[in-house]
Amino acid sequence: MSYPGTRSVPAVDVESAARLVAHGMRPKALPARDPAYADLVRRYREDDVFADTVQRIASGLGLVVLAVGPASGLVLAAVEDSAFEIRMDEYARRTVLANRQADKVMHGLAHLAVAALAFPRADDLADDTYVGRVSVDQVDGAVREACRTLSERVAGTAEADPVSDAPQLEEVWRAWLRRPEATATKDGRAGEATTRGIVGKALRFLADQGFLVPVGPDGVYRTTPRYQVQVRELAAQRTFDELLALGVLPAAGPDSLAGVAGV
Amino acid sequence: MQTGVPRAGDEGLARRLKALACTAPLHDLDARKTRLDWVDAERYQMAEIGLQAIDEVTLAMDFDHGAAQPEVVRRLLPFIGTQAPDAPAGEHERVGRWVIENLINVGSLDRGFAVEYGSLAADGRYVRRRFDFKLLVELAGPDGEVYLRTSDEAINVLVGALDTDVESAQVAAEVQLENLISRGLLGDARLAAEQARYRTVQYAEALRQKLDATRRDVRSVDWLAAVPALLDEALTHIEGRYRAETAILDHIATARDEATEPSRRRQAAELVGVVRDCIQRHTQLQTRLQEAGAVFRAEQDRQQFAGRPRRAAIDVFGQLLRPCLTLHVATAVEPTAAFFRAGTGVRVPSVPSLGGLVETLLAPPSDRDPLGEPVPVPELAPAAPDPFGADRWGRVDAALNTALPAAGRAVRLSALLAEARAADPDLPRLVALRVLHAVGSAVTTARTQGDAELLLAVDDGTVLRDAEYGGADLLVGTAEVL
Repeated sequence: MSYPGTRSVPAVDVESAARLVAHGMRPKALPARDPAYADLVRRYREDDVFADTVQRIASGLGLVVLAVGPASGLVLAAVEDSAFEIRMDEYARRTVLANRQADKVMHGLAHLAVAALAFPRADDLADDTYVGRVSVDQVDGAVREACRTLSERVAGTAEADPVSDAPQLEEVWRAWLRRPEATATKDGRAGEATTRGIVGKALRFLADQGFLVPVGPDGVYRTTPRYQVQVRELAAQRTFDELLALGVLPAAGPDSLAGVAGV
Repeated sequence: MQTGVPRAGDEGLARRLKALACTAPLHDLDARKTRLDWVDAERYQMAEIGLQAIDEVTLAMDFDHGAAQPEVVRRLLPFIGTQAPDAPAGEHERVGRWVIENLINVGSLDRGFAVEYGSLAADGRYVRRRFDFKLLVELAGPDGEVYLRTSDEAINVLVGALDTDVESAQVAAEVQLENLISRGLLGDARLAAEQARYRTVQYAEALRQKLDATRRDVRSVDWLAAVPALLDEALTHIEGRYRAETAILDHIATARDEATEPSRRRQAAELVGVVRDCIQRHTQLQTRLQEAGAVFRAEQDRQQFAGRPRRAAIDVFGQLLRPCLTLHVATAVEPTAAFFRAGTGVRVPSVPSLGGLVETLLAPPSDRDPLGEPVPVPELAPAAPDPFGADRWGRVDAALNTALPAAGRAVRLSALLAEARAADPDLPRLVALRVLHAVGSAVTTARTQGDAELLLAVDDGTVLRDAEYGGADLLVGTAEVL
């Protein structure tokens, strides 16, 4: 078989391929709701040349095709420094300059925790039919419990309290544990700088991105296939690599699930 | 051994310093009260109010909730009131709120307190450390409301057992209690009984945390050793307390009945109340302890049921989240940011249309009339005239009145119609309408309006035989409204 890129592609096919990419950019568009989208998805899966064209268009825009399926549609991710990338600075804009670093970490951690609670076991992340459920209560509670376990580990030793003159050397679990979970505000809403506020913001943002769907009145969300693909194919892997580079994880494959607890 | 030179790992010093630090916010209340411009704060003892507030919050803590802030303030009012009886109630409330907000430390981001202390590292270096603590903590309840709970540090400050083991403090408190009762010092006995109750609250809180964690992930809680140990410990505590308190209750009840001095009698009666409450708390904790095993088994069944792995994937919680929590804040920036960038999808930049922008900028400003939009004149249509007229209404009223002589007697609709037709050919229609309306007479409405009597129409199944109207030949009568 000749290399697909050497073939000439009709201009009309390029347009169709670009249309598929455009569908992928709409977070809430689904093939099940749009027959034209579903046709393009089917074509992507059956026609290698078309698939290659779609990938090249995406790549030219600074995007990567993570998955294409009838349930998830076209799942795109931005490459680094692409115009389509969501930046933490824009997401967590309303933070006090003094704890900018800690705040950024907490916002990032909230997203990590949402994924962790949405897919509690490795099997859940791997299983395409799995639908996770998350709520603010559950996410903040689980992170707090994990922090508490870590604090119990150092309790009674000299390390029980952080060094006072180097805030950047404080462990993340201390910062999370210290932050209040909720504050009573004048208008009765949860305070934004609290851990529940931070997790709530993450859940709402992910819902806007079409990754979560609210179910029921109690602030419970369920995951969409797009989210599972996004976490499995990209986010978890990239974070894993970062941690590996930091020497935090043993240099084994991601499938060694022997309860990696920490450093 | 040389004295005066601090030794490495001298934990006693750090422990005492931390205990001391927990009282600082209370002293601070009195130090800062003079700066309040809305109250003559000299007459309030803020530290006392603070301790009282911590008491109230602790006593209101149970398995599910703490106390809502307004409720705590409300319970504090009598206590604050005794310090300045002639001050307005609004001021008492404001003082109560100020104290609670200061114990939460509302102004700070973390809503807590911190104190610095030093310790010697293994190599003899002096290391400054920061001890973070809270006194009152705000938590979100299941209904979304924010509740207050007392932190462990605050319970320790309150109980006064700053650096003691839970179990030994418990034993000491019991011994103290029996002594006090035998010596007749009931006020202190009450304190000791309350201390025992705080221990129960602490066990309950520890158990609640473990059960919550189990519901989220069975594997995160050590059900092999740690939890059974906690359950055993708590059960032993309850067993001991239950026996002790039943005995105390008998004892005090006798003391209460035999006491001749009124104040002693009142103290004894109060103590009976406290001890009863203690017993109730113990029973509550015991119920939860008995259910704990079932919670674990149910969660294990639920969570362990899983299909076979289809492909290798990352365990996000164990392999990513937990390691991230152990990192230093500065180091954690990259991995968490990497997850954020990769896990939030793509953002479609919004591009303003240049044509549209130019047009918007070039558009002349619209003139605004200072008086605003003209008020449209409403088009008034003439109301439909009453087809019957006041005259006919009056005649129907009169006809109904004469035809229905007394309450309790009824007339047939056919009779009324015949009578009306004889007077005026248009009148039967109004009569029929009035009677029809009387079928659904609302007694409640008549009563609220204060009507003395009410027109009632009832269908008894007789068919109306009339040239103009069909249906049931209703029985019409008046009823007195009682």
